[in-house]
Amino acid sequence: MEILVCVKRVPDTSENEIEINSSGSDIQRDDLVYSVNEWDNYAVEEAIQIRDNVGGSVTVVTVGDDDAEEVLRREMAMGADKGVLLKDDAFEGSDGRGVAAIIKGEVEKGNYDLILTGAQADDGAGQVGGMLAAMLDMPFASLVNRIDVVDDKKINVGREIAGGNQEMNEMSLPCVLSIQTGINEPRYVGIRGIRKVASVEIPVKGAADLGVDAAVIGAANARVKRLDYFVPPAGEGAEMLEGGVDEIIEKLIDMLKSKGGIK
Amino acid sequence: MEPALIPPAHVTFLGIPGAFFSVLIPVVGVALFTYIMAKRLAPMVLAAPDFRFDRVKDRVAAVIKLWLGQFKQPRYRTAGILHIMIFAGFIILSLRSISLVIIGVSPDFHLPGMAGGPGHVYNILKDYAATMVFIACAIAAYRRAIVKPARYAVPEKYGHDHTGEAIFVLGLICTLLISESLFEATAVVGNIQAGLPVEALAPLTLAWLFKLMLSGAGTGALQGLHTAGYFVHDLTFFFFLCFLPLGKHFHVITSIFNVYFMKLDRGAVKPVRHGVSEDKLDELESFGVKKFEDFTWKHMLDFYSCADCGRCSDQCPANAVGRPLSPRFISIKARDYAFGHYPLRGPFKSGEPLIGGIYTEDEIWSCTTCGACEEECPVTIEYINKMVDLRRGMVDEGNVPQSLQKPLAALEKRGNPYGKMEKKRAEWVKALAKEGGPEVKVFDGGDTAETLYFVDSVTSYDDRIQEIGKATARALSAAGVDYGILGSLEKDSGNEVRRFGEEMLFVELKEQNTEAIFESGAKRIVTADPHAFNTLRKDYKGLPPVEHISQFLSRAIAEGRIKLKAGEGEGNGEGAVYTYHDPCYLGRHNLLYDAPRQVLDAIPGLKRVEMTRCKDRSFCCGGGGLYLFYEPIEDRRMGQVRVEMAAEAGASVIVTACPFCLVNIEDGIKTSGMEGKITAIDLVELVCRHMDVAN
Amino acid sequence: MARQIFAYILHKDGVADDTALELVEAARRLDASAPVTALVLGTGADLDKVCQEVAATYKEVWKVDNAALSYPNAEVVRKVLVNLIPKGAIALVPHEHFGMDLSPGLSIKLDAAYAPDVVDISALEGDKLTLVRQEYSGQVSTHVACDLSAGAVITIRAGAFAPDESRSAGGTVTDKSPDAGDAGVAGRKFLEIIEAEVGDVDITKSEVLVSVGRGIEDQDNLEMINDLAKAMGADVSCSRPIVDAKWLEKARQVGTSGQTVKPKVYLALGISGSFQHMGGIKGNPFIVAVNKNAKAPIFQAADVGVVADILEFVPELAEKIAEMK
Repeated sequence: MEILVCVKRVPDTSENEIEINSSGSDIQRDDLVYSVNEWDNYAVEEAIQIRDNVGGSVTVVTVGDDDAEEVLRREMAMGADKGVLLKDDAFEGSDGRGVAAIIKGEVEKGNYDLILTGAQADDGAGQVGGMLAAMLDMPFASLVNRIDVVDDKKINVGREIAGGNQEMNEMSLPCVLSIQTGINEPRYVGIRGIRKVASVEIPVKGAADLGVDAAVIGAANARVKRLDYFVPPAGEGAEMLEGGVDEIIEKLIDMLKSKGGIK
Repeated sequence: MEPALIPPAHVTFLGIPGAFFSVLIPVVGVALFTYIMAKRLAPMVLAAPDFRFDRVKDRVAAVIKLWLGQFKQPRYRTAGILHIMIFAGFIILSLRSISLVIIGVSPDFHLPGMAGGPGHVYNILKDYAATMVFIACAIAAYRRAIVKPARYAVPEKYGHDHTGEAIFVLGLICTLLISESLFEATAVVGNIQAGLPVEALAPLTLAWLFKLMLSGAGTGALQGLHTAGYFVHDLTFFFFLCFLPLGKHFHVITSIFNVYFMKLDRGAVKPVRHGVSEDKLDELESFGVKKFEDFTWKHMLDFYSCADCGRCSDQCPANAVGRPLSPRFISIKARDYAFGHYPLRGPFKSGEPLIGGIYTEDEIWSCTTCGACEEECPVTIEYINKMVDLRRGMVDEGNVPQSLQKPLAALEKRGNPYGKMEKKRAEWVKALAKEGGPEVKVFDGGDTAETLYFVDSVTSYDDRIQEIGKATARALSAAGVDYGILGSLEKDSGNEVRRFGEEMLFVELKEQNTEAIFESGAKRIVTADPHAFNTLRKDYKGLPPVEHISQFLSRAIAEGRIKLKAGEGEGNGEGAVYTYHDPCYLGRHNLLYDAPRQVLDAIPGLKRVEMTRCKDRSFCCGGGGLYLFYEPIEDRRMGQVRVEMAAEAGASVIVTACPFCLVNIEDGIKTSGMEGKITAIDLVELVCRHMDVAN
Repeated sequence: MARQIFAYILHKDGVADDTALELVEAARRLDASAPVTALVLGTGADLDKVCQEVAATYKEVWKVDNAALSYPNAEVVRKVLVNLIPKGAIALVPHEHFGMDLSPGLSIKLDAAYAPDVVDISALEGDKLTLVRQEYSGQVSTHVACDLSAGAVITIRAGAFAPDESRSAGGTVTDKSPDAGDAGVAGRKFLEIIEAEVGDVDITKSEVLVSVGRGIEDQDNLEMINDLAKAMGADVSCSRPIVDAKWLEKARQVGTSGQTVKPKVYLALGISGSFQHMGGIKGNPFIVAVNKNAKAPIFQAADVGVVADILEFVPELAEKIAEMK
């Protein structure tokens, strides 16, 4: 099975508070470190496991600048066979539709049976997978937490839905899936793994290489644009209990009692 | 003078002289033994290299102390004494056994220097030795078969019981002793009956006993027993020789070599591959141990040398809390793998993965590298290096528990396992200043100082453990030390990173720290974290001298630079009973048992008790560094077990000298419901509490 | 031409989802002058029931009855919607697992803009709509400009807009089935729902929940949560990381990917309060949050907050409650 996985380089915000710069135009990026979007990492692991089971190859692709190459290498160190960087000044400022159109160009250049994306990204909207599928007229499923390969034409796909239930679907190939975390246990990639693939050439493709429709990409054609960042106003928020621990507990117990919280 | 009985060399069987058999048995025996040994050596030839041919003096000293001196044996008293008896007997009897082989051809043979007086003395000695071994074997068999000490039991998942093999070997040894004594006694009785002069047999020995029993026997019977005794001994001897490499008694042959080639540097970790320098690591195809043949030859020799005595597992804290790890079976399973895949007959089978084969992932991650097993092993089998090598193999395959992946990624990106920002590494210093504490120099701000205080991650970032950092700073300041910290330039020391098998990440951290330390111009390093202390000393190269804060405190107190006063009032130690918990990386790995105790005892009026398991038998609290993130399969927590040990010793305060011990023990106090009854404190915190600043 | 707004109505077992009441409010906030049409797709008697219910809130309800719509397969629904929604219109869809499945592709097929997971609407000037979204798990918000000139598909976060409970629309139901076209064969076929394992407690029926999140740090610490719940007579629930770590069973997870609970009192311990988690809490309970991070979003949603480390706070609270009883 030929699998394409779309990945994204995002700020790693797990342990640190995000702050906004003084003008509100962006978050404070000076002290941030970047990594591959967590959801995408699960998607790559899933692709590698499918390849290892049924054969084929895994290609990772990202739309970004030179820095984005680092996440491609990391995913290649994980076991992806190829990496492709889609980079062009014309891509800058594209909205989700634009990014989907760029990736569509890459999909059409290849012969992929399965295209995976992460279900969402910390700084994204969970949109590219579904858009890409619609542009390619391929079936799509979001929040995928299980993939069973039936044969080279069909797969069964589980989706995470409410109540912790799983919705099973049969999908014909080729199709696009957006992968939810927890579908597998991604393998570890250390410095050694990355060094091993450090010299592997990663092709860079621009708008002309991909034959992307110029009318949908770039900031000028974005129908959805981020204007600024802000910290949501505190609103009413909670009544914060202050004072010594005993004092707080006393107040809290009174409140819980009055609301029927202590039986 | 001819003896009364015909010596074995001269008797004939079906017209064939006995000497023929006396030659045949050793020739066949030695040939078979050589064949078996060649098979046993085969995997060692394919094994990874290990340079253990240096430091001859240290190695000979180790052999004298640990092998010949049986130094570790008495740590388990009964078994140890029995072993020493058998071992000493074997050493003495080995001369007799060699000469007996030759006597089968040449009846009058004496080993050089053994004719006459010395021979006579030796004969008395060896008769007593044989008797001593016989008694020891009898007791040992009784223990094995009837008493059945718990540590010999084989849990179901690890295979069948090993008692049969043990009893069989004890039987073989007894057969040797009885046949040799019979051979000797019959000769003496025969000579007495013929009126020939005899050497007196040492009273109360086996031979002496047989002499009494046989004094009325006829010549024919005596001759029969004499010949039978000889050949039974000869056959048993060579059978035993060939049997040794087939099981746990291989240690009889290998232990001397295993001790000679032992790991000499405590706390250190072997390189990824001996002979491959750090900058060439990238060229290695594979890291660590993935298949049996990836072990070093010394590690294979370890497997062969395991006597299955169970002391390692008996001391292992992971085993004690029900984790799926028993060091004994790390060896036994690998030995059985070697025997099975390098069989005496048939082709060799190599290349099977060990993880998922004889070992499980959880088994290998369960080890806290505390070193209790290695401390105990009478034949110096090493485990930590094997664990590290197996982990290196897993890390290389990407096979790392999810719970460890985040901290490892954070270490790579941020230099600490919490993923906190580098610039926040020195924030505790600001908090200290706000509390009215001393100003601490921070080198990343351009300050310089004589002494570098290496803080490490947990002390820099953990709210509770920052108190250790603050106390360390207060103590250093009080003693008038010119010191500072690296601040954002400091990275995690990497002690656990290396021991979790992430060598390349460790190398990265080490290089960054080394550069920062040299840049700082500091002349010496002090740290309150034994893990940092260990790795800076053992894994880093060329740093200024590194000291643990307990060493510093002990000296500063002795020199009067820090003065201590008694605690006053409840909550300040009055009426409290203290016990000191030895951190593994301070004690076993660096032999610092006394300095912290000296510091404690310098506090006026402090009452201190020892736990049963202290010093080199200290019980690991659960491990540091990345162990705080790993989620083991276990029935109980080590910290909790340790807290119960302290309670049993009658302590109300557990003093330790390691941030991770404090985390684990405070946690153990909570989970064992001992809050209010027992508290934990770090040594340097305690010193600060008792510092007499007025003077 | 007046702007037209469509609201996609989720429903199950003949009952409309709560979001039906929220979308009408969102539509009003977007453009109070625009007519709002509810789109209800499904089949049979349940569909009629839902349409009747929805007509109380929406002046106009379009019904599409087709056996192929008995289970909401996003691909089939999309085909129908493309036939029904006129060019330039705005489609509002709840942002949950079905909305995430449907909406990105729908926007492409309608050639409309797509704005997902909207929590607020700030302004509308001509065709420029300014929306509010959140990023980085709600740590920061962004204003987003959305160009409506070619229409838009906007997904609305559950709970972000106040439900319109007036039920005074008295709307009419129009059967649009003939216009919906052939739902056709899809490349994706629904097979079955695999139900989550049911735990020993049904938290959806609990009146008081003691809910624990990442702040618990370690499985062993769950003991103190159990102690507290016992003292309060409450049940224990949790946020997603606890289930991911397999410390509690899936049936105890509150959130959009877990259970929807309607307690009277909800004690959130060491839970940061992601919208996915808050999305599982309905019925406006009295929420108490304890978290050591004073900036945790949970304090926005809670009625009462305490900044404390739950590992220290909870045992003391449990002890005091136990003493009191």
